[in-house]
Amino acid sequence: MTEQAVRTRRTVASGDETVLHVDELVRYFDVSPPFLNRVIERSGRQLVKAVDGISFDIKRGETFSLVGESGCGKSTVARLVVGLYQPTAGSLMFEGTELADHKDRLRVPEIQSRMQMIFQDPYASLNPRWRVSDIIAEPITARRLISDRPQVKQRVGELLTQVGLSPADGEKYPHEFSGGQRQRISIARALAGEPEFLVCDEPTSALDVSVQAQILNLMKELQLTYNLTYLFISHDLAVVYHVSTKVGVMYLGRLVEWADKKTLFEKPRHPYTRMLLDAIPDLEMTGRARTPVAGEVPSPINPPSGCPFHPRCPHAEDRCTRERPTALELNDGAHVACHAVEENRIS
Amino acid sequence: MEADQPLLQVNNLRIEFPTRRGTLVAVDDISFHIDPGEILGVVGESGAGKSLTGASIIGLLEPPGRIAAGEIYLEGKRIDNLPYEKMRRIRGQEIGAIFQDPLTSLNPLYRVGYQLVETIRTHTDLSESQARKRAIDLLKEVGIPGAEERIDHFPHQFSGGMRQRVVIALALCAEPRLIIADEPTTALDVSIQAQIITLLKRLCREHRTAVMLVTHDMGVIAEAAQRVAVMYAGRIAEIGPVQDVVKRAKHPYTHGLMGSIPHVGHAAEKLTQIDGSMPRLTEIPQGCAFNPRCTRVFDRCRAERPDLQPVDGSEVACWLFEEEEKKVGYGD
Amino acid sequence: MQAITRSIDSFYRFLDSDVYYSFRSSKITMVAAAFTVLSFLAAIFSPWIAPQNPFDPAALDLLDAFTPPVWEGGGNAKYLLGTDDQGRDMLSALLYGARISLVVGFGATIFALVLGVGLGLVAGYVGGMIDGFIMRVADIQISFPTILIALLINGIARGILPKEAHDEMALYVLIFAIGISSWVQFARTVRGSTMVEKNKEYVQAARVIGRRRGTIMIKHVLPNVMGPVLVIGTINLAIAILSESALSFLGVGSPPTEPSLGTLINVGFDFLFSGEWWIVIFPGIVLATLVLAVNLLGDWLRDALNPKLR
Repeated sequence: MTEQAVRTRRTVASGDETVLHVDELVRYFDVSPPFLNRVIERSGRQLVKAVDGISFDIKRGETFSLVGESGCGKSTVARLVVGLYQPTAGSLMFEGTELADHKDRLRVPEIQSRMQMIFQDPYASLNPRWRVSDIIAEPITARRLISDRPQVKQRVGELLTQVGLSPADGEKYPHEFSGGQRQRISIARALAGEPEFLVCDEPTSALDVSVQAQILNLMKELQLTYNLTYLFISHDLAVVYHVSTKVGVMYLGRLVEWADKKTLFEKPRHPYTRMLLDAIPDLEMTGRARTPVAGEVPSPINPPSGCPFHPRCPHAEDRCTRERPTALELNDGAHVACHAVEENRIS
Repeated sequence: MEADQPLLQVNNLRIEFPTRRGTLVAVDDISFHIDPGEILGVVGESGAGKSLTGASIIGLLEPPGRIAAGEIYLEGKRIDNLPYEKMRRIRGQEIGAIFQDPLTSLNPLYRVGYQLVETIRTHTDLSESQARKRAIDLLKEVGIPGAEERIDHFPHQFSGGMRQRVVIALALCAEPRLIIADEPTTALDVSIQAQIITLLKRLCREHRTAVMLVTHDMGVIAEAAQRVAVMYAGRIAEIGPVQDVVKRAKHPYTHGLMGSIPHVGHAAEKLTQIDGSMPRLTEIPQGCAFNPRCTRVFDRCRAERPDLQPVDGSEVACWLFEEEEKKVGYGD
Repeated sequence: MQAITRSIDSFYRFLDSDVYYSFRSSKITMVAAAFTVLSFLAAIFSPWIAPQNPFDPAALDLLDAFTPPVWEGGGNAKYLLGTDDQGRDMLSALLYGARISLVVGFGATIFALVLGVGLGLVAGYVGGMIDGFIMRVADIQISFPTILIALLINGIARGILPKEAHDEMALYVLIFAIGISSWVQFARTVRGSTMVEKNKEYVQAARVIGRRRGTIMIKHVLPNVMGPVLVIGTINLAIAILSESALSFLGVGSPPTEPSLGTLINVGFDFLFSGEWWIVIFPGIVLATLVLAVNLLGDWLRDALNPKLR
């Protein structure tokens, strides 16, 4: 595809079309001990509120990132969107189709074929007993996109070339590749189904930095070529800054702030966002004094009342302990769920 | 004693793994030193040999890996050829260790306090109650709130960050002169990571403990270390003050590595990327190990291995700088 | 064409693999493997290499009964290892007997393997009620000794089947009885590894691609849980051969007209103290050596496939 063609396709397609609309999405996990233990120990059911009512929109051609610390529910969101988990409540609209209603969504090919996922661990996401060419061809053969064997082989060769490997690599097994190369294979597999929407769950966090750069560059390149829309999950703010159009910050199953990348990084509103930004190791070595925020993420089984961040928040007041803040849209398009921001206590 | 004698001196260390397909050289002829109270960062990608270097210093190299050549001196005493029992004593008393996964250093079956008291009593002649008091002090020092109560908890009752603090307390029991910290923050979230780095720096300052900080995260090194050694394929590519290495990287590998790190506030369409990947130990090229991926490679790089040589304040193993010094027409 | 190049390629990969290397570097394993392969070949080709057909009553000469082995006084060059009470050549009887023992051992193991792996895979992957049901059945079954279950099934089969069919069906009954009593171990192991594998990202990737549950179980999970199954299978083969011998020794196994190793031992046992020791000793040695060799192979396989033990 020529540069010109790419441009045209992009301008035609991007516009303001919403690809994914997530509304008050909720997913609880039942982690109760078995029935007998509950009776004996007289304990009730225990729910982990992994995702507790989050809403956002993703527009075509953009990269929406979710950041947060481990246990904040960002990976659960990814798995909900792609259909590996069923939502407990809420709505998930993909190109105008409600997904949350389907009992077994993964069996609805007209939706599933347009979405693919790239996983975190390049060592676990490829079946060790399969040859690479069979791994990449799986989406093609599963849905019989191409039935002719030599053509499948040719397509696999093209895909391998596209992600920077050689067609001859198809005959090898995953263990013969390095982590970065495996992640390329993973990407090739995702592309084989010709998706429009890719969910990337920490695709580079298991990789070394120089390899991470290769993969991030490749993903950006592919996004332009195929006009892909990404939901990007990461804990690394620098990576998120590099890839995203919009960024959402998650804390204990809730989206505490989301905005355009520029707005979020230049004018972080929520105290948690500020804390995260402040905790990034300083490569520039400006010698800026940091006051690392004390405390750790509480358990999602028993989240704090009101605003979940209040026990660690320097601006917490009485209201924060009682009332859960709702997201407020500010005039620059940022959404923030914080009483202190709402009351103009912090700017 | 200031810098007269380095606390740790490693000379021409070579670590080999004999396998059925021949001997793999995992660490190939590296030399460096650490001064008292200094944090030396050792950075490199997985497989660069940085963790093995750390393990060989504390004498915990997993067989079949072995030190094939070179010497390691701690305060002038040679320690790489000590018998197991002697090394074990040094390991607790003079060198402490912190690993990536705190659970590998803590026994899940014993209370944290018991493990601390045992370690303290092995290395000092304190009584049981004195040791317990010291253990509480240590837990307080590493920032564990409610140390008096927490001392009687089991490791699984601590969160990841708190567990790593316990491990640091455990490493500090005998007031070691040197701590080998192998990826101490990798398993932790950024906010906790910042807390642990701050803690390590404070301990270093207050106890004049030297730290060898092994990590793949350049950000952590930039925050914590005074000097940094960049390893590639079992060799040191560049070693020098952290400011120089991070901001004025000289070796093409370090340069590429720095460019490949995404920065907040530094918008770039594309990250600098070093093409290819680090060679497997079985296929390290002749000459400079980096030559097949280097953008500034020339004939000599493919034939001869460069040694570290001083280049304004740092030491760099790259032929470019020798050539430049002689002014034989290679500039950029 | 591609299939051929791929299988050649796979063969070279095997020769280069750690498993093959560990095989080559363990002398005792090589000896065990050689003995096992030799026994298999001898058993398969026994109709061609045995001097006599011991199952054919017409070939037996009662006058030659109780001939001692050649090296003993009174030996006959026609019967290298002597003859039994019916005048049956011991060497031929051993070859044919090993054949029956191996057929029953293999048959029972494969039956148990297919049943156990299938049920374990379903239990582990599907979970819930189905898992609960399969595993409770397994729990109940494991609380009875193998031989007891085999005896029970054997008894039932003998009761149901018409008398004429007893001898004919004896082998199938044996295979079923031994197989059904040893599937539990396969099922438990496979269920455990399936539960680990199903949470790995490659299975999730296959789900996202839209693969059916059955396809994922067979094409993705199954190849990755087969390692331990091979180990159990090998050790189970040894146990099955022993079980068969035990049942035959007890007289409920293969009929005396077509004796397996166990039946031969049973027959010979009566003559052990009357001086005709060869009738019981030779089958005993063959059985013990075969079981030992197969067990050694199983032990080696377990170590070779489990890198943590090395």
